[in-house]
Amino acid sequence: MNSRSVVTNSAVTNIVVAGLGGQGVLKASDILAEVAFLSGLDVKKSEIHGMSQRGGSVSSDVRFGPRVFSPMVPEGEANYLLVTQEDQVAVNVCLLAKDGVLVRPSQVEQDRLQNQKSLNIALLGVLSHRLPFPEESWKAAIRRHLPEALHEVNLQAFALGRGAKDR
Amino acid sequence: MQPEDSKLERLFLSGDEAVALAALDANVRLGTGYPGTPSTEILETFEKLGGHAQWAPNEKVAIEVGIGAAFAGARALVTMKHVGLNVAADPLFTVAYTGVEGALIVVSADDPGMASSQNEQDNRRYAVAAGVPMLEPSDSQEVYDFTLRAIEISERWHIPVLFRMTTRVCHSKSVVERGAAIPAARPAHFAHDIRSRVMIPAYARPAHRRLREKLAQIAEWNEASELNVLTPGSAELGIITSGICYQHVREALPAASVLKLGMTYPLPVELMRKFASSVERCLVIEEGDPYLVEGARMAEIAVESAPGMYRFGELNVPRVRRIVEGDLSPEAKPVPGKPPELCPGCPHRTVFTALKHLDCYVAGDIGCYSLGVLPPFEAMDSLVCMGAAIGVGLGMRHVLPPEEAKRVVSVLGDSTFVHSGITGLVEMIYNPPPTGHVLLILDNGTTAMTGLQEHPGTGRTLEHASTGKVVFENLVRALGVRNVFVVDPTTDPATFEELVRSALEKPELSVIIARRNCLLAAKSIREYERCNEQQVSGD
Repeated sequence: MNSRSVVTNSAVTNIVVAGLGGQGVLKASDILAEVAFLSGLDVKKSEIHGMSQRGGSVSSDVRFGPRVFSPMVPEGEANYLLVTQEDQVAVNVCLLAKDGVLVRPSQVEQDRLQNQKSLNIALLGVLSHRLPFPEESWKAAIRRHLPEALHEVNLQAFALGRGAKDR
Repeated sequence: MQPEDSKLERLFLSGDEAVALAALDANVRLGTGYPGTPSTEILETFEKLGGHAQWAPNEKVAIEVGIGAAFAGARALVTMKHVGLNVAADPLFTVAYTGVEGALIVVSADDPGMASSQNEQDNRRYAVAAGVPMLEPSDSQEVYDFTLRAIEISERWHIPVLFRMTTRVCHSKSVVERGAAIPAARPAHFAHDIRSRVMIPAYARPAHRRLREKLAQIAEWNEASELNVLTPGSAELGIITSGICYQHVREALPAASVLKLGMTYPLPVELMRKFASSVERCLVIEEGDPYLVEGARMAEIAVESAPGMYRFGELNVPRVRRIVEGDLSPEAKPVPGKPPELCPGCPHRTVFTALKHLDCYVAGDIGCYSLGVLPPFEAMDSLVCMGAAIGVGLGMRHVLPPEEAKRVVSVLGDSTFVHSGITGLVEMIYNPPPTGHVLLILDNGTTAMTGLQEHPGTGRTLEHASTGKVVFENLVRALGVRNVFVVDPTTDPATFEELVRSALEKPELSVIIARRNCLLAAKSIREYERCNEQQVSGD
């Protein structure tokens, strides 16, 4: 085998963020991708804009590792699936690998969110403690991608998710 | 605005953002285009970075403005989605003959799989048909690098370059190292060159010969160009590919030899021939039309093509695996998600409720309001291309018996009306059907579907500054339509419905402008208006 062929995809982490338009799916995947980018890894992120933004189903793929080729997570190969609305789990669960991990709204104590719109960030918090990135990177990415007025509420949401026990 | 030194800055960019950054780094003087998914963010980013970007009323005008800039020696960037190039095809085919003095880069953002389009046409065909070189990047780094190369090619051969991207290249983000070699720009200056640029037949005949000579030179250059990359691997399986498919191929087939073509017109056929003969099985993997396959076979290079079923939709890693295995079994249909819908409270809702209630035949058009075709409205009977609502509605009126003809209404949005509805309106006045006609312009004050861009009807530029405004009711009246109504359909839906009903009854021409700002844009529009008023009063 040629030396380049040694680069296989086993070292790539595949994450899909899914939900409905308006729930911050793309924002969450932007933050996630930035955290991976800041760590120095190769990162690719893919999504479909357009018609799907009018309240329809939206999903975004984030992949990182030593080298990433395709920007899209193949069906059944997602290591993590983060879903922002319970009824969208069934639509997207086919993306998850057999040993993949599902992150869903029921894992967050939603009544403790200051603003329900921060659910996407709380779910990133749940995901974050399974990924090898420092907490400061997450906080920095959240600050960078959200307007200042929303920093506190979202950092609180992130902490709520990060502190959640796996259920 | 050049980077300070050659140190590489590491960035995480979408393909669209990478075009804009490269354009900035290469001193592109003017970016113009018409919004269209997935190309829209290129000019928006170019403007944010400090470049001169503007929206044109449509792609044909955009490319004409770009031609003028490039005739004057500047570097010009013109962006559009794939179907936009149909609109811009007329100037493209002839600027290939005239050539350019500066650089002219035409971005065509294709949409295989139709994430947000009415067809999945493969614009690589345009490069061949018009005779313009074409580059196809596969990720954001290549988008950045290839944009710079495209400018070099355009200036070296004085020829426009087609920059063909696809949805996954435009909208995927990947790592970009900024600061590759940047060709120096020359100041704009116009020099007469009548025989090159005035395409009367006597001058166009030699121009066509010059074009073919340039393309022959570029083809030869492309045989050894660094734009094409060979990844050596197994002698058993070789893949020829381009664009995003390269990324899927490298992942799905890590052991295969891969010839990745960066410049796909003119094709480097000798390079392809040599590669094909170096492997036992040579397979072409491409999205859309069998463009590379046909190019190889015309040169009598034996290549295997994907089964016909893979011509439809996007490719991805699993589909590439299936192609290699020759898998013809039916593919699993994706689980349907929630379809998009008109926003709650969207003014278009009132309009489609009325049209459904009146049992109209609705010649529709392209924009958010296309969602009027879906439940609960299902109040749209045709959607063909930008601006088609008017012509299609008129054609129906001309042939239908009067009782049916009276039910036909043409519906299009404000940005679409400016884009290519005005000529349809002229047709309506020039060849009115005996039953008259009703045109509904849904003016929500923005180009909503593509993400709230300005247009000539808003009176604000791409960066939301005040500028000349096309006032639709003045235009329509000036063209000679007597029944012109401007209404907010949401004020009283019953009155609105009655207005449409009475217009349909009359054997006359009526234009109803249903004006109410898009809910998503309303707050920003108020803010822009406030800022612009302050500026005026401060002068």
